Amino acid sequence: MGKFLARRLLNYVVLIFIATSFAYVLAATNLAPRDYFEQMQPPPDPELVDAQLDTLNLNDETPLAQRYATWMSGVLSGDFGQTIQGGSVTDQMLMKAGVTLRLIVVATLLGSFMGVVIGAYAAIRQYRAFDKAATGASFFVLSVPTVVIAIVIQVAAVTANDLLGIQFFRYSGEYTAGFQGEWWEMLINRVYHAILPTLVLALALFATFARYQRNMMLDVLGADFVRTAMAKGLTRRKALFKHALRTAMIPTITYFTFTFGMLVSGATFTEKIYAWQGMGAWLIDSIARQDVHVVAAVSFFMAVTIMVASLLSDLLYAWLDPRVRV
Amino acid sequence: MSIDTIEGTHPAPGAEETGKAPVLEVTDLRVTFRGFNSNPDVTAVRGVSYRVHRGEVLGIVGESGSGKSVSSMAAMGLLPDHASITGSVRLHGEEILSLDDRAMARKRGKVISMVFQDPLSGLTPVYTVGDQLAEAVTTHDKKTPKAKARERAVELLDLVGIPNPENRYRSFPHEFSGGMRQRVMIAMAMANNPDVIICDEPTTALDVTIQAQILELLRAAQRETGAAIVMITHDLGVVAGFVDRLLVMYAGRPVEMGSVDEIYYGSRMPYTMGLLGAVPRMDLERQGALVPIKGNPPSLTDLPPGCPFAPRCPIARPECEMAEPELLQVGEQPSAETIRATSEEAGHAPAQVKDTGERRVACIRSGEIDSNAWTAQDIYPVPDIAEFEGYSSDREQRADMLRVRDLIKHHPLMKGAVLKRRVGTVYAVDGLDFDIREGETLALVGESGCGKSSTLMEIMGLDEPQRGSVEVMGRDVSTLSKADRFALRKDMQIVFQDPMSSLDPRMTVFDIIAEPLATHKVPQEEITRRVYELVGLVGLDPEHVTRFPAEFSGGQRQRIGIARALALEPKLLVLDEPVSALDVSIQAGVINLLEELQAELGLAYLFVAHDLSVVRHIADRVAVMYLGRIVEIGDTDSIYNRPSHPYTQALLSAIPVPDPEKERGRAHIVLDGDLPSPANPPSGCRFRTRCQKFLTLSAQDQEQCTNTEPQILPANGGDQGTACHFAEGREGVR
Repeated sequence: MGKFLARRLLNYVVLIFIATSFAYVLAATNLAPRDYFEQMQPPPDPELVDAQLDTLNLNDETPLAQRYATWMSGVLSGDFGQTIQGGSVTDQMLMKAGVTLRLIVVATLLGSFMGVVIGAYAAIRQYRAFDKAATGASFFVLSVPTVVIAIVIQVAAVTANDLLGIQFFRYSGEYTAGFQGEWWEMLINRVYHAILPTLVLALALFATFARYQRNMMLDVLGADFVRTAMAKGLTRRKALFKHALRTAMIPTITYFTFTFGMLVSGATFTEKIYAWQGMGAWLIDSIARQDVHVVAAVSFFMAVTIMVASLLSDLLYAWLDPRVRV
Repeated sequence: MSIDTIEGTHPAPGAEETGKAPVLEVTDLRVTFRGFNSNPDVTAVRGVSYRVHRGEVLGIVGESGSGKSVSSMAAMGLLPDHASITGSVRLHGEEILSLDDRAMARKRGKVISMVFQDPLSGLTPVYTVGDQLAEAVTTHDKKTPKAKARERAVELLDLVGIPNPENRYRSFPHEFSGGMRQRVMIAMAMANNPDVIICDEPTTALDVTIQAQILELLRAAQRETGAAIVMITHDLGVVAGFVDRLLVMYAGRPVEMGSVDEIYYGSRMPYTMGLLGAVPRMDLERQGALVPIKGNPPSLTDLPPGCPFAPRCPIARPECEMAEPELLQVGEQPSAETIRATSEEAGHAPAQVKDTGERRVACIRSGEIDSNAWTAQDIYPVPDIAEFEGYSSDREQRADMLRVRDLIKHHPLMKGAVLKRRVGTVYAVDGLDFDIREGETLALVGESGCGKSSTLMEIMGLDEPQRGSVEVMGRDVSTLSKADRFALRKDMQIVFQDPMSSLDPRMTVFDIIAEPLATHKVPQEEITRRVYELVGLVGLDPEHVTRFPAEFSGGQRQRIGIARALALEPKLLVLDEPVSALDVSIQAGVINLLEELQAELGLAYLFVAHDLSVVRHIADRVAVMYLGRIVEIGDTDSIYNRPSHPYTQALLSAIPVPDPEKERGRAHIVLDGDLPSPANPPSGCRFRTRCQKFLTLSAQDQEQCTNTEPQILPANGGDQGTACHFAEGREGVR
C-alpha cells in the first residue's frame, strides 16, 4: 500500500509539472502583456515598456524558452513571479485560494450530504411521492445553468431584503467593507456573506448527488446481503442503513472527491456574481489584463487541487472497500 | 393398494408427531405482488399450508416460479412492502404475520432463521466475515460484550468447518470461496440456536463435491440445534435423502404433500409423477427416454380457472378446467358429476386446508391413479428413441470426428500497468487427450474451474493450439488456410449454455436460424426451405419464426439455439451445458430432442456438463476433468459402474440420487476443501490434496503421488483409462 501511494504521488508531481508548464507556454504565447502597457493613457515610452516587461520577465522579445526557464526556476523555489501590476503572485494566490477553498469545501460537504441523504431515501421510497418530488427537483436544478440559479437567488435576496426592510441577506462581497469589531463579529459577518453563494453551489451539487446516490442505492436495495442482514435479525431500517447505504456510499465517495476537484474551476461564475475575490474570478480578470503569471499560477493551483482530490479518493476507496486493498 | 405396503414398512415421521405442537405452522398463506404502473398483480402464492415439528425436515419442491421461495420469505417477513400477504404463520403458536418489522426482527435469526441460495452475494462485501457473524449475536442481545460475541463467532466458524477460524475471523467475504461463504451463512443461521431453519436452495449454486459438504453440514447443524428444517429446492435428488416429508408446489399452490416415500414411490398427482420421471437417473443403467411434460408453467398473472396443470396434463378431463381441485386425501376427491354441479356456482375457490400430516393430493383423478397404480410411463406419452444404425458397432472402425492430443491452454498472469511482467501462469487446460468418433457422445465433466469451457473455446477457435494438436474430421487445424477454416466451421457447431443471452434479442427466430446459412452463401429460397425444416425438426411451430426470442420460454429458446447450430448440417455438435439453465420438466424435453436428433442425423456430440446424472443419460463415453487434466476416461457404463479414480468415485458418490431408500443407504465420500487454484496446482498428482485415498496410503506411496504425475493408463480392461497410481475398481452407483 505504501509503495503504491509513493508511486501515485510521484505520478501526480509529474502530472502537475506538465500541466503547469503547458499552462505557462499557452498563456505566454497567447496573451500579450505588451499591449497592456501600450494601451495605457498617456502611451508610455516604448523603452520604458521594454524595461518594465524585462523586470517582470514578460518581454516577448526574450525567447520563450528563456522566459520559461527563469519562471520555472522561481516556481521551484516557491516564487510564482509577479503580477502585471508588480505584486507577488504567490502572496495573492495564497489569499485567494483560502477564499475559494472556504466556499467550495462548505458547499461540497453540504451539497453532497443533502444529495446522499435525499437520494438514498428516494431510492427506498422508489416511485412514491417523495421519490417523485426529489427526482423532479433535481432534474429541475440540473437543467438550469448555475449562472441562472446564482442570479435568481440574488434577485430573490434583494426582493426579500426590500420586503423585510433590513439587509437580511448579503449578496455582494466576502465581508462588509470597512467593518470593524470583535473577532466573532467579523466571523458572523463573513458567515452571513457566505450563505448565498454556498447555497448556489450546494444546490447544483445536491442535484447531481441525489441522482447518483439514488441509482447506487437502488442497485444494492435488492441485494442478497441486505436480505441476509434482515434474516439475522436486523430491522429493515437498520439493514438498509448499516449494510445497504454503507456499500452504496463507496462509489459516491469517489465521485465526491472528483466533484471537489472540478468545483475549484467550476465556481468561477458564482464567485463573479457574488463579487467574491476567489481563484475563478481572479483567473477571468487576469486574462483580461494579459497577466501570464497569474494564469499559469491559477492553473497550477487547479492541477494541485484535482490531484489532491484524486489521491484522497484513492485513499478513501481503499479504506471503504476491502476488495481493492492489496 | 401399493400405498398400504409403503406406509406399513415406513411410517411417515410426521404422523407420529402430530400430537405435539408444531414449531412452525403456515396456514392458507397467500402472497400477491401489486403491479406498479398498470402492470397486473402477480399472485405468487395461493394458499400454502404446512407445519413442521421439532427435529423434522420438510421439503418444498417445485420448479422456478412455483412460489416456494416467496412463501418462506413471507414467513420470515422479508418481502418488500408492495407484497400483500394473507393467511396465518404461527411460530410456537404465536401469530407472526401481523407483527411489525421491529417485533419480527426480534424473531428473525433468533427463533427462525434462513440460509439463502447464492452465497457469493449473500454477505456484505465491506465487513469482515467475523464481524457479520458477531452481529448476528449482538443484534439479539445488545448487552453481549464485544469480546464475547467475537468468541462465539470464532466458535461458530470452527463448528461449520472453517479451518483456522481465529485468523479467518478477520477475512472479508471476497477472500472466501463459494462453499466457505455458504458455511458462514449456515453459521449465521445457527448462531442463536433457532427452532426453525429455512434453507432456500442452499446448494444450487455450488459444485457437487461442495454440495455434499454443505448437506453434511446441514445435517450436523440439525443435530446440533435440534431445529426443524424447511428445505426448499428444485433438485429431487437433494430432497430424497434429506427430508422426512415433502410438499410439491405448482403455480403457487401445493399440489401434493406426504412423506418422502409416499411421494417418490407412489405419487398420485400427474405433475409430481412427470417431474420424477423427467429426472435423469444416475443410478439406472438403461433408463430409456425421459418423461417430457409438454408446455410451460402458466403465467401467474393470468391463471386458468381450473387446475393450473390441466393444460399440460396428459390425463386432463373437461372437469379439470372447471374448478381448481382441492388438496384432499386420496379417494376423497369429488366425482366428476359433483364438480360439474358445483362449478355452476360462481366464485368457487378451493377451501383452505390444514396440514394434518396425512398425504394429500390436488387432483380429481388421484383416486383413479391410485387404484390403477399408474406410473409416469403409463400416463405420459414417452417418445421411442431409436438407435442410429448407420455406423459400425465397433468403435475403432468408425471415422474420427475430433481428435485432441496433448492440448494445453495456459493464460499468463500479468502484473504492472506500463511494464507488464509475467508473475505466473494459469494452467487452464494442461495436456488433454481424447477423441470422438462418428455418431458418438463424449461428455466432458468436472467442477467449475476445471477447464471444461477453456477446452471448448480452444477447439472451437480452430487455431493452432499453444501445444498439442486438434484434428477435426481428420484435418489438423494448425495447417488450415483461412478459407479451409471457414469451410470447416460448417461441420462443427455449438449450442451455448444460457438460452436467454445467446440469442440476439433484436432478430426474429427466422433471422437467427438463417444467419449461419446466409453467412455460408446458401441461396435465399434454399434458406427459407431449410429454416422451416429445422423449426419442425426441433419441435417448434412454423408460425414461431416471425417472433422474437423474448416471446419464448427457456426451453423453447434452447430449441432455437439447437436449430441454429444444426442449420449447416454439422457432423459434430458441441454442447456447452445445454440444459443446466432449464427446469427439470423442460430439460427432459431438450435431452430427448438431442437424443432424437442424434439418432436421426447420426451426429457426434461433445457434451460439456457438470450434472453427472444428465451425462449418464446421454453420453456414450465420459471424460472426467480435474484442474485442466483428464483423470479418468472411458465408456459411460464402466465409469459409472466401476469408477477407478478416487476423484470420479468421490464425484459419483456426492451426487444425491432421487430415490429415498437408496439415498438413505448410500455412503457419501465427502471431499475436503475447495478446488486448488489452477495458477498453482499441487505437484505430482493434482488431486492428492483432496484425495480420500491419499490419506490411507503409506508414506512411501504418498511420496509417489507427490512427486510423479500419474499418466492415463488402462484400467478394468477395455475402454477405461485412469490417471492414478493406485487405481482400483470401486462399486459405483447402484
